Amino acid sequence: MEVLLAIVIGTLYAAGIFMILRRSLVRLIIGLILLGNGANLLIFLLGRIAKGKPPLIPEDANFMTAAYADPIPQALILTAIVISFGLQAFAIVLVKRAYRVVKTDDIDQMNATDDV
Amino acid sequence: MNPNLIISPILLPLLGAIVLMGFWANPKIQRRLSLVFHGIAVLLAAFLLAAVSDGTIIVMQAGSWGAPFGITYVADALSALMVLLTAIAGLAVGIFSSASIKSARAAFGFFPLIQFLLMGLNGSFLAGDLFNLYVWFEVIIISSFVLITLGGEKAQLEGAIKYVTMNLLASVIFLTGIAILYGILGSLNLADLAIRVQETPDKGLISAAAILFLVAFGIKSALFPMYFWLPASYHTPPAAVSAIFGGLLTKVGVYAFIRIFSLLFIQDPFIQKLLIGIGVLTMVSGALGAIVSVNLRKIFSYLIISHIGFMIGGLGLFTPLALAGAVLYMAHDIIAKTNIFLITGVIYKIKGSFRLEKLSGLYNEFPYLSIVFAISMFSIVGTPPLSGFWPKVWLLQASWQAGDYWMLGGIILASFLTLWIVVKIWSVVFWRKKPDVINTRVRNELAAALPKNRNAVLIAVGMLTAVSLFIGFGVQPLADLCLTIADQLIDTEGYIQTVLQ
Repeated sequence: MEVLLAIVIGTLYAAGIFMILRRSLVRLIIGLILLGNGANLLIFLLGRIAKGKPPLIPEDANFMTAAYADPIPQALILTAIVISFGLQAFAIVLVKRAYRVVKTDDIDQMNATDDV
Repeated sequence: MNPNLIISPILLPLLGAIVLMGFWANPKIQRRLSLVFHGIAVLLAAFLLAAVSDGTIIVMQAGSWGAPFGITYVADALSALMVLLTAIAGLAVGIFSSASIKSARAAFGFFPLIQFLLMGLNGSFLAGDLFNLYVWFEVIIISSFVLITLGGEKAQLEGAIKYVTMNLLASVIFLTGIAILYGILGSLNLADLAIRVQETPDKGLISAAAILFLVAFGIKSALFPMYFWLPASYHTPPAAVSAIFGGLLTKVGVYAFIRIFSLLFIQDPFIQKLLIGIGVLTMVSGALGAIVSVNLRKIFSYLIISHIGFMIGGLGLFTPLALAGAVLYMAHDIIAKTNIFLITGVIYKIKGSFRLEKLSGLYNEFPYLSIVFAISMFSIVGTPPLSGFWPKVWLLQASWQAGDYWMLGGIILASFLTLWIVVKIWSVVFWRKKPDVINTRVRNELAAALPKNRNAVLIAVGMLTAVSLFIGFGVQPLADLCLTIADQLIDTEGYIQTVLQ
């Protein structure tokens, strides 16, 4: 499972970076989304995966005795997903506005701010 | 001081934003009401700094969940100083924008957004938890995204795309660093991490995480070679927005560098060398970028980059004097850079252009105003006894003592190049006789403005100039505070014990 997830995360990062390096604005956004998802899965993986072991203390014990699934990475991922959802929504609207105003989605053409 | 009060600098702007949004349809009330919140924020921050300036550290555990399990807020001298500087810069920008922001922008929530931005800034200064710091960073960037695009001009949108992309990328890299650190050490609380990082055998992975944090904060604070988004975007929004961006947003990155690296990674000699190297390259390449620019706001954008290098180099040296110099430089730089962008806005209001070839003769028309401008411009060079002088002396002394001649040479070269640029601006914009070229807009917008608006703009600039002069002439209390901060940063035992007790 860990190996599979590691490969998926690696692929997501690689695909994300490849997409960011393209010139099209839409691909840029897709690349950022892929990278964000890769980072979320990475938190999940590095929090150690434990299948079917909820972090609940049994009624007759005072503390955890066996290994359990760490709830913190899941809380982190939920937060990160919500945040990246908002940011990506903004980025998509921005790209749409920029496309309407500049009339191109080629990043190389967007060089009005690069004059000295 | 009640520990719960340390998050009041976060709650106040939140309240401010909510109240201001209540007057959504009435920007006139927003303009005045926002000043009240900025004013209270300065008072609160001053109280906070007074409570911690003797070296005490106040810790607040949210919901009484003890560290390292809950969310921790920490106010030490560095955090409180940053909160106060943010409040002062926020007040000046608030006064300036109350008079200068066009009603089209005010109608779409400019004033609540400034409050949200300040909330994010104060939150990241007070956070004692790595993930919490990430969340506050996101609060900052989402408000800054809207502020930089508000108005929707072509240049703004193009600049915003670069700004948004690089900031989103920095967030992902930051998150990756957090994931790796959590995977190795199993904690997010900074004090707890500082202990665990000493004990772990996985030094290689720690260094990998350190580099991820370096890249993430490096993008945010515009370090060489990750700064190209800054001069491509900071000159596009209105003057009030680029003032608060130029003064504060890159400094959050520097604050994060100082906080995280002094607690977790700085013991690694490779990281120290790397920080000094990047610092020197940043200060020199930023200054070279400023030399070739002819747009006032672009020149100052490059100067922001150049002067970030001083602080990062100071962190890399990691001696008490160097750290105190870096923090004092940051204090000076927040005030001076905010002011310089406001001044550029005033020049635009008078002359209708940012381009050097179209500007001239300001000294003849407004001699007194020009003197006020000169104080800020020469304080960023470090002319004694203005505010930039003292931290530079400390940084030079520290790099001499450490025997780091690259740093020494870099500071001298970058200061010299800054002097060249400022003298060029002074001689062209202020002293040059009117050339034959026709100005794009002859109308003097400042003179045509209502007297109360004109006064507000000038009060904002005057206030920051006064603070800058105070730092220059009355540096002793601030210098003592910076030495306290440096001690706290080097001897982290106090921080760790107070948080974890």
